[in-house]
Amino acid sequence: MKLLYKYFLCFCLCLTMITYSAKAEDGSAYDASHDVQLSQEKAVQIVTACDGRKKVIVEGCNEGDVMPEQKARKVAELLMQLMEFCEEEITAKLPKTEMFIQLSINGMPYVTVRDAEEIPLILVHGGKSHTEREKKVWAAEMDRMINEGYALFHNPSLGKNGISCDMCHPDASNTHPETYPKYQTQMNKAVLLRDMINWCIENPMEGEKLAEDDSKMKAVEAYILSARAGKKLDPGKH
Amino acid sequence: MNTKHKEKNEQVQYSALAGVSRREFLKTTMKAGVFIASSDYLLNSSENLVQLVAMKQGKEEFLFAYISDSHLLARGKEHRFARALIKAVEDVNAMEPQPDFVFYGGDLAQLGLREELLLGKDIIAPLKPKVYMMVGEHDWYYDMGEAWKEFFGKPTYSFDHKGVHFIVLNSVIVEDYWSETKMSPMERMLFMAQLDNPKGRPFTVGEEQRKWLKEDLSRVGKGTPIVVFSHSPLYKYYKPWNFWTDDAEEVQKLLAPFKSVTVIHGHTHQVLTNKIKNIVFHGILSTAWPWPYAPEGIPKLTIQMDRADPFNQFDGTGWGMAGITSRGKVNKTYNLWDRNPMVVSYEKLLSGKEHVAGHSY
Ligand code: HEC
Repeated sequence: MKLLYKYFLCFCLCLTMITYSAKAEDGSAYDASHDVQLSQEKAVQIVTACDGRKKVIVEGCNEGDVMPEQKARKVAELLMQLMEFCEEEITAKLPKTEMFIQLSINGMPYVTVRDAEEIPLILVHGGKSHTEREKKVWAAEMDRMINEGYALFHNPSLGKNGISCDMCHPDASNTHPETYPKYQTQMNKAVLLRDMINWCIENPMEGEKLAEDDSKMKAVEAYILSARAGKKLDPGKH
Repeated sequence: MNTKHKEKNEQVQYSALAGVSRREFLKTTMKAGVFIASSDYLLNSSENLVQLVAMKQGKEEFLFAYISDSHLLARGKEHRFARALIKAVEDVNAMEPQPDFVFYGGDLAQLGLREELLLGKDIIAPLKPKVYMMVGEHDWYYDMGEAWKEFFGKPTYSFDHKGVHFIVLNSVIVEDYWSETKMSPMERMLFMAQLDNPKGRPFTVGEEQRKWLKEDLSRVGKGTPIVVFSHSPLYKYYKPWNFWTDDAEEVQKLLAPFKSVTVIHGHTHQVLTNKIKNIVFHGILSTAWPWPYAPEGIPKLTIQMDRADPFNQFDGTGWGMAGITSRGKVNKTYNLWDRNPMVVSYEKLLSGKEHVAGHSY
């Protein structure tokens, strides 16, 4: 089945290469102005796949020229790889030397890969923009972590004397995560936010300190950082 | 003052003044509006500060002490909050001369439980002067004030003392948020106990008490000095933390005809000074913990206390005093444990242009 599909693609490609070996200027399926500029300076030939969404700008070939067979095969292979890879619009630039390939996805800036094998590495999101569903899932996951921290912060469970963080730090005020790392004179060393969190757990709240990689510690940090996001840094004040 | 207290106090004063020349100290003190009657002040530092303050606003006639916001948990007298209240009681009992009375500013309990309130009653029982109690939201929302009223009486009342009319209000009334959602008493209490609760309801004095206040004031001469006690500040400072009274303007209006009005409030756990028209407002300290200043709305007249040292339970906390002058003006002292006391005299308020920009929180 896959083989058949490849043959079909190849057939498409050959067709387009014959029928649509266009001038750079009017092969205006992509509109990046530097491409036009480039195409005016250099000899290029633009080859478009039959889906109309993948193009290769072949440098060193004049429009109308018949490409050397090896080059033509390389271009066809590249187009196929791009089509298999994703549905998005991709423009590839193939320099005369064929030392590398430049790719632009959906009009984004070009990125350079050494050969077609590297395409998946560069286009990390598979070339797709994030779906609303994905964004919702990610936001929910982040909120879950922050909310867990909020709950711990507003609950005496981290301590042993019935006192909770929010009693002294409403809305995470006075926690100043933006000031860390810093030297704590009372501890005689430079510390991180989590050290001060642990200090407040052990002292005003008379609890047992959390391991640094404890998910509770991470959640409390997440809440503090999110509640104080965007607060101005006031060096020397806190 | 008894000797134990005297020694301690001297120590504190001197250690805090190390590095500051006596002249400089006097200068700054003067600038802060405190008028030192005698240059022997430093030699005599155990004397009551307020009594050394000479005032244009009349001689100081009497003094009362306040203790507030102890937030006791039912965890015995060894708990840090209980120890702090015990410390305040000992300090007040060590005052010499003794204050005319002690005012308790609310939030004796943390979760409104009988055990907490009883523990508090037990701890303040040794106070030598007469005690006047006020209710705070932490005392109220577990059983809607039932236990508190049983132990301490009415939450709203007034009394006269040496020509001054004192009024005690319950300013922590909020609209019902618990019936519809069928909250249990403890759920209702915890909802209220969370200062930064985004769903929290604003405090009010409420129509019923405003009516009572109007009637109470109708029997008082307009020249009589008035001191009002409320748990929440009787103005609008910062709504998200309920540093706020929603019907403040209406209460202020009732107090407008009187020549000398001072409101003293708990709840904010910080040095806080405000003046709106004829009314001066003073915050009071908590024995349990200090609160950071709110991110906005801090009254201009407030000279902010420094950030508390988290490594010291008794930093940023304490109790205080108020001296009443013959003209009914109030000189307010914040007795911050482990720091110099802060005096906000009436003089200072009148000249109060020296707004000091504090830290951002
Ligand atoms: C009894 C009061 C109290 C409690 C409860 C408390 N803290 Fe603190 N904490 C303080 C004080 C006071 C400071 C010092 C504030 C300042 O620097 O202005 C502080 C400082 C901090 C700091 C460092 C702030 C800075 O400026 O560097 C962090 C972080 C912190 N607390 C986190 C927590 C967490 C998390 C909890 C709950 C596990 C907690 N605290 C519970 C009183 C408290």
